[in-house]
Amino acid sequence: MNFGVVVFPGTWSDCDFHYVISEVLHQPVRYVWHRDSQLADFDCLILPGGFSYGDYLRVGAVAGRSPVVEALPEFVAKGGVVLGSCNGFQILCESKLLPGALMRNECLQYRCQSTFLRVENAETSFTRAMRQGQVLKMPISHGEGKFYADAETLRRLRDQNQIVFRYAAEDGRVVKDANPNGSLDNIAGIINEEGTVLGLMPHPERASENAMGGTDGLLIFHSLLGSLVEDGSFLKR
Amino acid sequence: MTGAEPKVTLELALASGLTGEEYDRIIRRLGREPSYTELGLFSALWSEHCAYKHSRVFLRGLPTTGPAVLQGPGENAGIVDLGGDLALTFKIESHNHPSFIEPFQGAATGVGGILRDIFTMGARPIAILDSLRFGSFDDPKTRRLVEGVVSGISWYGNCFGVPNLGGEVKFAPEYAGNPLVNAMAVGLVRKDRIFRARAEGPGNPVFYVGAKTGRDGIHGATMASATFDEGAEERRPTVQVGDPFTEKLLLEACLAAMATGAVLGIQDMGAAGLACACSEMPARAGTGMEVELSRVPQRESGMTPYEIMLSESQERMLLVAQRGREEEIRQVFARWELDAVEIGRVTADGILRVAMHGQLVAEVPVRALADEAPVYEKPTARPAWQDKLAEFDPLSLPAPADLGGALVTLLGSPGIASKEWVYRQYDMQVGINTLVMPGSDAGVLRIKGTRKAVAVTTDCNSRFVYLDPRAGAAMAVAEAARNLAVSGARPLGLTDCLNFGSPERPEILWQFKEAVAGLAEACRALEIPVVGGNVSFYNETLGQAILPAPVVGMAGLIDEAESRRTQWFEQEGDRIALLGPDDVSLGGSEYLWIAHGKVAGRLAPLDLGQERRVHEACRAAIAAGLVRSAHDCSEGGLGVTLAESCISGPRSLGASVELPAAGTRADLELFGEGPSRVIVSVPPEAERHFERLMGEFALPWRWIGRVGGEVLVIRRGGEQAMAVPLDRMAEAWRSGFERHVA
Repeated sequence: MNFGVVVFPGTWSDCDFHYVISEVLHQPVRYVWHRDSQLADFDCLILPGGFSYGDYLRVGAVAGRSPVVEALPEFVAKGGVVLGSCNGFQILCESKLLPGALMRNECLQYRCQSTFLRVENAETSFTRAMRQGQVLKMPISHGEGKFYADAETLRRLRDQNQIVFRYAAEDGRVVKDANPNGSLDNIAGIINEEGTVLGLMPHPERASENAMGGTDGLLIFHSLLGSLVEDGSFLKR
Repeated sequence: MTGAEPKVTLELALASGLTGEEYDRIIRRLGREPSYTELGLFSALWSEHCAYKHSRVFLRGLPTTGPAVLQGPGENAGIVDLGGDLALTFKIESHNHPSFIEPFQGAATGVGGILRDIFTMGARPIAILDSLRFGSFDDPKTRRLVEGVVSGISWYGNCFGVPNLGGEVKFAPEYAGNPLVNAMAVGLVRKDRIFRARAEGPGNPVFYVGAKTGRDGIHGATMASATFDEGAEERRPTVQVGDPFTEKLLLEACLAAMATGAVLGIQDMGAAGLACACSEMPARAGTGMEVELSRVPQRESGMTPYEIMLSESQERMLLVAQRGREEEIRQVFARWELDAVEIGRVTADGILRVAMHGQLVAEVPVRALADEAPVYEKPTARPAWQDKLAEFDPLSLPAPADLGGALVTLLGSPGIASKEWVYRQYDMQVGINTLVMPGSDAGVLRIKGTRKAVAVTTDCNSRFVYLDPRAGAAMAVAEAARNLAVSGARPLGLTDCLNFGSPERPEILWQFKEAVAGLAEACRALEIPVVGGNVSFYNETLGQAILPAPVVGMAGLIDEAESRRTQWFEQEGDRIALLGPDDVSLGGSEYLWIAHGKVAGRLAPLDLGQERRVHEACRAAIAAGLVRSAHDCSEGGLGVTLAESCISGPRSLGASVELPAAGTRADLELFGEGPSRVIVSVPPEAERHFERLMGEFALPWRWIGRVGGEVLVIRRGGEQAMAVPLDRMAEAWRSGFERHVA
């Protein structure tokens, strides 16, 4: 499976994703420069964490209008999938590939910590190797990860099962104490209606080796690898 | 252009921070009066911050060589060998003065500056640490400073994308008007890709790369070379403004440019900006340089040559490339959307020539600027207060009625309490190398592609240094090395950040001289070379000098990353041993300060030979897989160390400790502090093997208890001295920092 890791000025999780994909998963992976819009060679594109363009405007706002992001709708229309983590999730919201927005953490401070996520939808290309209700351990590292959407959007996200991960306690209860940033409805990750674009604030690449404290992040990659069928398209369910 | 410049007079020279004598020396060296721009160059390069005028004679005593040293002091950062084709580069630097004036930007640009020192060497930064000291935690001003400094470090480091692996946060009233912000950075470099700050090869082009130059930070180096008075706030314009995003681009562009092979030498424009880079780079290579300032990218109009040369705008580098390969350099920087402008060339005649629109504004031998600043050996005098401090006997104070209560109070004091409030604001994992995050004795990073890991720490107990500068500084080295040893690492080298008051006061210079001698003694005995560092004098406000703080940053190697150890107990039933001597003292202890508000008394003796054996024994036991945890016994003594081993891990575990009926008072035995002591926990099946191994090292050690239960119980001679439930200790320790400071 051909992965592409997108690099914007200010991206810093690019090398980490590249390392996990090539050294842990032994899959082909290349960096994709933010000015590139030739994406036909890839099955999955990753928008990694970082501070694209310093996030000096709104987080993800400038990167959300870059050539590579503008080429994403066509890329997914042709069968590709997109995974955005941390700043990548912010960019996907800014570019309207995902609904909602990510705002300043409720504590008004940056947070780097371990979190537990409950899998709310195990029937996507990104989560089929997980069980519904399974609890994953994955770290976060962000200052602006509080998910927000208006009531109508939130209702649609719920109705269409687009909420994929919620912050939870270790035992899986979705409680306020387990919410590290004040996200609406404890939302940690969502997927688009078509099931082709997933965004989440936590860092799966930092939870992909035992040496790093856990391998739950690998389940996302294993799901993707298990979803790719012979004709090059992804199983959506 | 020059016509508009003020006439240079003695008064102007004095106002720029030079002495009358130094001004005469400049006139003699040039054979004429300096121009205004030249005066600016001298005032910056001959400032204490750049020239080490008062410290140089003492620093010569530090050992700087060793089998692992690839680069000692004198470059942007030191480098030690990691074996194979990899090396580690690291350095610590102060940003005290700017952080007091503007905490957020001061601390942020401190991080930015030290990161540039690392990547100019050709390394990718893999960690930062920060050693912070503030005034009393009950002073409301402290709160503002802590918040500003921590958020500045968080902002810069997180945006740049480097993990924070640890450091210190300490409090003492002497830092109220002069907080210390010391930042250390660590980088990984291939041995065949090490770059140095040298302007080689006459005729080669000189490139200015990175951010544009503005009027910020002019005279920062000079500011850092004077004490503060009430007017400190007015100096805000001398503080630079950071841009971590541009720094990140500069990192990637510099490493990419270096990879082309077209770069010959590179230097960060930090303190004294272009002035420093344009004189130090040719001075190191025995060449000269000419630059045309109108080509320097500027973000403000009408800047004078003086301002351009002395600006300390951040995120800039000076780079010397191979003639004929200019286009490769330009292309790399264009890809990262950064300026890369050829502003001059290397010359053969040893002269720095600075022109503005073709008109010469400065013409000075580079060595006069970079190497010929005066070296002072100013008088030192042992302060009268030392004897009085040493006379005090802490045992003249009453012992606490409730030892358990005293322990809980100590655990909740901000100096000892968990610093999670601080480090959860820092990215600790980017780069996916972090094996041990902040919260244990040292941070540990794996080296990808090898089985090795690197351990890093910063340490200094400034109360000890105040009471006995020589022993206190030696203890800082010993503690740093111990923190590495308990993690399983062998020290490779250290970098020091020497924070002191005004060297023009004989008492302060005596503290400095003694402290450097103590560092040197410890480095020799433990065989740890000094590969770089920084001196920060003039940490005084209104005549109040800080507690002297020779902060030691140290890096060490763990051959098998898997064998690393952390400080917390992991398994019920494990046996607890105390390695090292029984000698402790309440003099300068955390307990004496928290319980009685006093910094006085004598320190426990330091036997460097024994210290070294303790480290060796500890490393041997860890490498042999005989210990489950190991923790340095330092601030708060045995009581706090045991408590930390119980509550600082992912899962709290109690312990039962049995001490013999000693002739000493319980508060001394439980809270007294002394060097060379380590607490380890040993699985039952490894006990015999551990005993045999300890027998091979000539050092005192004994079993003192077992891990288990929900309570830390300590008995002395069969009688219970304290029994404190885990949750009571954990609550105090976890909430202490935030309760007092945030």
